[in-house]
Amino acid sequence: MLILQIAILVMVAAAGTAVVLTRDPTSQVIGISFFGLLLALMFFIFQAPDVALSQIVIGAVALPLMFLLTLAKVRLNVDIARISDQQNAKRKENEEAA
Amino acid sequence: MSRRVRSVLFVGSALAVFFVYLWAARGLPRFGHYQGPYGDVINQVGVFERHATDLVTAVNFDYRGFDTLGEEFILFISVIGVTLLLRQQPEEAKDEQDNMAKNDESLGRDAPEPSDATKVMTLALVGPLVAFGIYIVTHGQLSPGGGFQGGVILATAPLLVYLAGDYKTFQRVASHTVVEIGEAIGACAYVAVGLAGMAGGGLFLQNVLPLGTTGNINSAGTIAVISAGVGLEVAGGFVLLMHSFLEQALSLRLRSKQ
Amino acid sequence: MSLLPFAIAAWLFIIGLYGVVTSKNFVHLIMCLVIVQSSTYVLLLAIGYKVGGVAPVFAGVKVGTPAVDPVVQALMLTDIVVEATVAALLLALAVQAQKRFRTLNPDKLQELRG
Repeated sequence: MLILQIAILVMVAAAGTAVVLTRDPTSQVIGISFFGLLLALMFFIFQAPDVALSQIVIGAVALPLMFLLTLAKVRLNVDIARISDQQNAKRKENEEAA
Repeated sequence: MSRRVRSVLFVGSALAVFFVYLWAARGLPRFGHYQGPYGDVINQVGVFERHATDLVTAVNFDYRGFDTLGEEFILFISVIGVTLLLRQQPEEAKDEQDNMAKNDESLGRDAPEPSDATKVMTLALVGPLVAFGIYIVTHGQLSPGGGFQGGVILATAPLLVYLAGDYKTFQRVASHTVVEIGEAIGACAYVAVGLAGMAGGGLFLQNVLPLGTTGNINSAGTIAVISAGVGLEVAGGFVLLMHSFLEQALSLRLRSKQ
Repeated sequence: MSLLPFAIAAWLFIIGLYGVVTSKNFVHLIMCLVIVQSSTYVLLLAIGYKVGGVAPVFAGVKVGTPAVDPVVQALMLTDIVVEATVAALLLALAVQAQKRFRTLNPDKLQELRG
């Protein structure tokens, strides 16, 4: 087996481990984008150009985009929940005072 | 089951699985010495039987076209699922959120306008990207490419428009109804080609169009038509996915600007 | 040494599954699922590879040169697109779960009811 093939396989395994061991989702998205690019490179080295084309666009663009949008929506929901809790608490105080 | 018990159980079984798997992998043919007859047979006869030079696309849309039909419908149904799960909230929830946004400034905070450099770069790339996507879809039977790859490349063109300008421009360029209709037409085209095969030759998805000369773009019969249908459907599906997620994440910011 | 690709596929599967089992955040769990799916690509690629083979595209290449297997590549191609849409469906579920239960921790998602 060529050195290139061994090297890319080891790099893919290392990148996969790094993605799992990063716990914060926002930093993990960058990791998964990089993992997708490494996978696409591996597909090229193993003589599979069709699959590599597919993987480049999906692994590096579409998947990280959806993850980031989900994280943005979750942050928005957390803010909305916090503010509505504050408003409810204030309303209860006013009712008890009255 | 608590976390610790779960982790300990997992590590034990993972080690067992790893070693049993490696012991079983020694029974596979050695890496690099692929023996199975199916791939070799297709490599020998594929070019002559179907007049197509890219055999992966030929396998995808012709020799194993029925599997690809199933996979395409998995995509279609997942997009329906996402659109259903992330559908618009009822009107009272929207008014409540707008009230909250008026009283509290940090909610739905405004993102800065994209810089001129970003706008120029992304808008300049939209045209070449659409042309490139159509090229990959139509040359699927000649060189690496095909419906799936070209479809996802086409789906990133509206995304560039969103990055350059506003979400409103994105909505005007890729309006929801048009994209939905396009995606449905793409999905129906695949089934229609299959039924045409049944009408023309007797089998579902049989290759009934003239095969043409190898190396020409006008070759390989129904593979080109199916490729175009799949490209339309995949592009429409991914744009719809982006629509649903963007609507959710940016709902407050958009309503506050109106 | 010729077992390396199969070992890498098994390693990716196990490390992804470890991430799923010990995850504290639902979105992190979904990304580990993507890693598990990638292990199948490595395995399929390793099965179809031929030493000295070229890509199964015969534009300008004489028919008869040893090429790698096109059937496994066709399987992987559609699988990648389907993986992205399945991840999208799971993410939509995560958004709705967070809105309803106000947490993304998979352990706590089981306890809060109603």
